[in-house]
Amino acid sequence: MEKVEILVVGAGPAGLSAAMEAAKLGAQVRVVDENQKPGGQLFKQIHKFFGSKDHLAGTRGYEIGSALLKNTVEMGAKIDLNTVVYGIYPDRQVGIITADKSHQLLQAEKIILATGASENVLAFPGCTLPGIMSAGAVQTMVNIHRVLPASNVLMIGSGNVGLIVSYQILQAGGHVRALVEAAPQIGGYGVHAAKISRAGVPILTRYTIKCAYGTDQVEGATIIAVDDSFKPIGGTEREFSVGCIAIATGLTPLAELASLCGCTFTYVPRLGGMLPIHSEDMETTVPGIYVAGDITGVEEASTAMEEGRLAGIAAAAALGHVSAEKANLMKAQVWSRINTLRTGKFGQYRQEAKGKIMNERRALIVN
Amino acid sequence: MRVHQHPILGALKDEVWVNIEVDGTTICAREGEPIAAAIMANGRLKLRHTRKRQEPRGVFCGIGRCTDCVMTVDGQSNVRTCVTAVKAGMKIQTQGMTGDGEAEEWKK
Repeated sequence: MEKVEILVVGAGPAGLSAAMEAAKLGAQVRVVDENQKPGGQLFKQIHKFFGSKDHLAGTRGYEIGSALLKNTVEMGAKIDLNTVVYGIYPDRQVGIITADKSHQLLQAEKIILATGASENVLAFPGCTLPGIMSAGAVQTMVNIHRVLPASNVLMIGSGNVGLIVSYQILQAGGHVRALVEAAPQIGGYGVHAAKISRAGVPILTRYTIKCAYGTDQVEGATIIAVDDSFKPIGGTEREFSVGCIAIATGLTPLAELASLCGCTFTYVPRLGGMLPIHSEDMETTVPGIYVAGDITGVEEASTAMEEGRLAGIAAAAALGHVSAEKANLMKAQVWSRINTLRTGKFGQYRQEAKGKIMNERRALIVN
Repeated sequence: MRVHQHPILGALKDEVWVNIEVDGTTICAREGEPIAAAIMANGRLKLRHTRKRQEPRGVFCGIGRCTDCVMTVDGQSNVRTCVTAVKAGMKIQTQGMTGDGEAEEWKK
């Protein structure tokens, strides 16, 4: 059986960062990803990132992705694409289907799960019509594949995904007829909301989608105002002729592999649902299994990259590639950057939720 | 609708354009792009029909998880077109249409 020191599952921002740090410290690292291309969702992020200079603020997502990929490969990590992990067995034996569709069992000393998240669906009459897509799928189509699903789009959800993808639809020459949000206030950053407002997109808070209609594909939608308890208010319906409805109603961590490993989970609705409990080193309740990025709770690429670094450093240190003392110093620097990212109106609840997750891990280990 | 010009990403360039066949009609596609993107660029969003009720479906998740975009590609059924790359000369068919033997079977 082929042996690998550190196996990273997922070549997105978290997985690549983990691989880069671990390989830099001298570990033998193999990254596997089921997709044709590495980078996860970084390459479709054509906007400039926020934060400070330490967080690469002012740099566009795809530029961050290119640099990260280049560094990871330069550090000697091996990246296998079109490669699917189908099972993780006791003692970290990993079953994979390789790009040529053959089967392989790997023996990993440490495993870092950086599998990301998938977008939530929203159920309403007509929601299965072609043209009703997750906002992330629209973003991939527009920014990576250079295809607009339709010229007129209705966006559902005012979190950062809904706001950013709306702007990117405009950049590609499309029209966003309205952005609909059931809550009384906009979910994402004001600066993103302001950009689409200035471009003339109506942001309709306290509205939800009532139904979509069309024959072979979506042709229009009816939205309706909701009261304080999110009940539709009759007589407030509005119609929009659109060929695409983008759904930006949150994401759920892709945590199946952590579940297969027997990791203990906790439920944190605001971070996306069931999450594997992890320590400050990003280690789960199963020794040798680490997690990083959206699988640990849905946040942003910036925090995913920092969590990846933590997992990479911790796994390499556990294998003896770096002294505990030096590793602690490196991890402290990463933690200080993460703590900066998790501040303010939007970061505070993430900081609290993450603290709760790590406390649960401590309590489990102590008991 | 193809986005040829883009304020951030610039003009589409260095593309290899190939022909693929979708339900008997030849369309132009970018080599290597997902089959679903090529079909979408040609103005069609419906990719399959459900087996029992013949309802139309298209791309939802775009990351190969929801399987709502499956089509028959070069004789292989249930291929996820949102994560399967275009190759020149591919023959693609819509699944689950009335008259499709499998669909008739499922209606019983």
